[in-house]
Amino acid sequence: MLRDQDRIFTNLYGEHSPWIDGARARGDWSNTKDLILLGRDAIVDQLKKSGLRGRGGAGFPTGMKWSFMPKQSDGPVYLVVNADESEPGTCKDREILRHDPHKLVEGCVVAAAGMGCTAGYIFIRGEFVREAQALERAVAEAYEAGYLGKDCCGSGMAFDLYVHRGAGAYICGEETGLLQALEGQKGQPRLKPPFPAMVGLYGRPTTINNVETIAVAPTILRRGGEWFAGLGRPNNTGTKIFCISGHVNRPCTVEEEMGIPLKELLEKHAGGVRGGWNNLLAVIPGGSSVPLLPKDICESILMDFDSLRAVTSGLGTAGVIVMDKSTDVVKAIARLSRFYMHESCGQCTPCREGTGWLWRMMERMVKGDCRLEDIDLLQDVTKEIEGHTICALGDAAAWPVQGLIRHFRPELERRIREQGQARLLAA
Amino acid sequence: MIGPPLATRPYGAMAPDIDSFAFSEANQERVRAILARYPEARKESGALPLLMLAQEQHGGWLPKAAMDHVADVLGMARIRIYEVATFYDMYNTVPVGPVQVRVCTTTPCWLCGSDDVVRAAKDELECDIGESSPDGRFFLREFECLGACANAPVLWVDEDFYEDLDYAGTREILAAMKRGETPKPGPQNGRQASMPIGGKTTLFEPVQPMTPERQEASGEAGS
Repeated sequence: MLRDQDRIFTNLYGEHSPWIDGARARGDWSNTKDLILLGRDAIVDQLKKSGLRGRGGAGFPTGMKWSFMPKQSDGPVYLVVNADESEPGTCKDREILRHDPHKLVEGCVVAAAGMGCTAGYIFIRGEFVREAQALERAVAEAYEAGYLGKDCCGSGMAFDLYVHRGAGAYICGEETGLLQALEGQKGQPRLKPPFPAMVGLYGRPTTINNVETIAVAPTILRRGGEWFAGLGRPNNTGTKIFCISGHVNRPCTVEEEMGIPLKELLEKHAGGVRGGWNNLLAVIPGGSSVPLLPKDICESILMDFDSLRAVTSGLGTAGVIVMDKSTDVVKAIARLSRFYMHESCGQCTPCREGTGWLWRMMERMVKGDCRLEDIDLLQDVTKEIEGHTICALGDAAAWPVQGLIRHFRPELERRIREQGQARLLAA
Repeated sequence: MIGPPLATRPYGAMAPDIDSFAFSEANQERVRAILARYPEARKESGALPLLMLAQEQHGGWLPKAAMDHVADVLGMARIRIYEVATFYDMYNTVPVGPVQVRVCTTTPCWLCGSDDVVRAAKDELECDIGESSPDGRFFLREFECLGACANAPVLWVDEDFYEDLDYAGTREILAAMKRGETPKPGPQNGRQASMPIGGKTTLFEPVQPMTPERQEASGEAGS
């Protein structure tokens, strides 16, 4: 188990003041000037050494992402922080935004130093009203203390940071959808390439990172990339905030070491599965977009990118949704299909039409009101959506259904058979 | 079906108009502060915040005149502002009760009993999803994941989240609001934020800042 002194988010539960004095007492802003003066190459080098992979779901190596930014630029270069946390099962960024906002603000400053950014925008989902207020206060405090502005922390670097509030759209969590929203348009994702590192916000080089990714950067620079790399497993390093929801005795958010066994995570921090481990049906390990895992895989699986990928699921955002045996698992996935139908931006036909079709079909699967061969048809349609859209929302809509068919096909077939028999008896 | 489809999105349905709309003096100040965040030539970036401000000023929904005004302030084509206003969930382009009651019903909340919360809200507000209460004060709707899953199920009213709810608790909160009170937001089962109920499992050691000195003492490389 992770030692307390290796935890980065020491105010995860809001037991201490989130404001600047509290943040200073926790070590934030202690030597930010030195971190800025490390210079671009050293900062990116430490990030690469740390092995940090993006915490927003895709797990792209952060140091590499930062190194994509052009070395020379004759105009504004932007940092955009993705605080549009809306993935079902995920509630980690919320804790950072409301209880440790200075970690994020300081992270923005060192990220700006690492990429030569001139301005930054934090895009926070509209639903997080209190969280946005906390963040706005933290930014104002940082300006007042001279940590932001024309001369950040006395280092000579100029960097402005703004908070931009969204208005309720899951798709704005997609990085280019977010840029569209930030530019005052519908949040419909853009085609890539060109990638935002070349043509991003307002057509300028832009890097978009998740809140947690940015917020851990100052601690990594203070304690060294090796420290972070020493936690977890190779290629899956560091600490991670896990959100545990659903049928556990004590749902919670907790920072743990990457690669912690799922069973240990649930039993140590969340009080175990409701009704005991044997009452477990399935777990969605990384937010709604990743396929669920049945109990036998949950016995031994490690919670990190590569382990979960090996069982055709994913760490995603580390939003762990637990379902016990009382759950109507088909209905649970059907509800996710409705979520994706509602959140599809309508731009690409396979996703716009496909997500609705998936939901309607899933509703019939809940009742068993279809034919056995419709299961294969459903699988086929998910494959027609997956990979045929501009952004990953189409994939995200397809995967939970694929996971259900992969692991719970007998349950689907049972419902169809029983419904068929009931119909025969009624005739 | 888990519930009625989320049909409250008013696709293009423009509500009865008011003649004109303009930001109040206090809000004009806020408009200036908002637009100062974006480059001079990129005023359109103010679309989302300005629409929200207009909606606040107009009591919870956006008449066409308000959208037109925002378009004029930003120098945008009006159709582009209509597109934005109908794309995002938090704008109401038809009249709704000023107090917005939103229940999260996505899977994590559903697993923890959001059906009970929906039932309680319907019973207490005496209206269905997508409708306003008989007195016109409350507007009830379903919302997709609110991002507080460890505290499911969640109810979102105006600016605050009410968390860890059940049927009785939801009714109590809404009854208090009907009486004009403001119930205490956050977890309703006595726990602190998203800490496990009954006590935390981590973060026992007093907060110790990782200063350069401590770092050296612990033998960790800085840079």
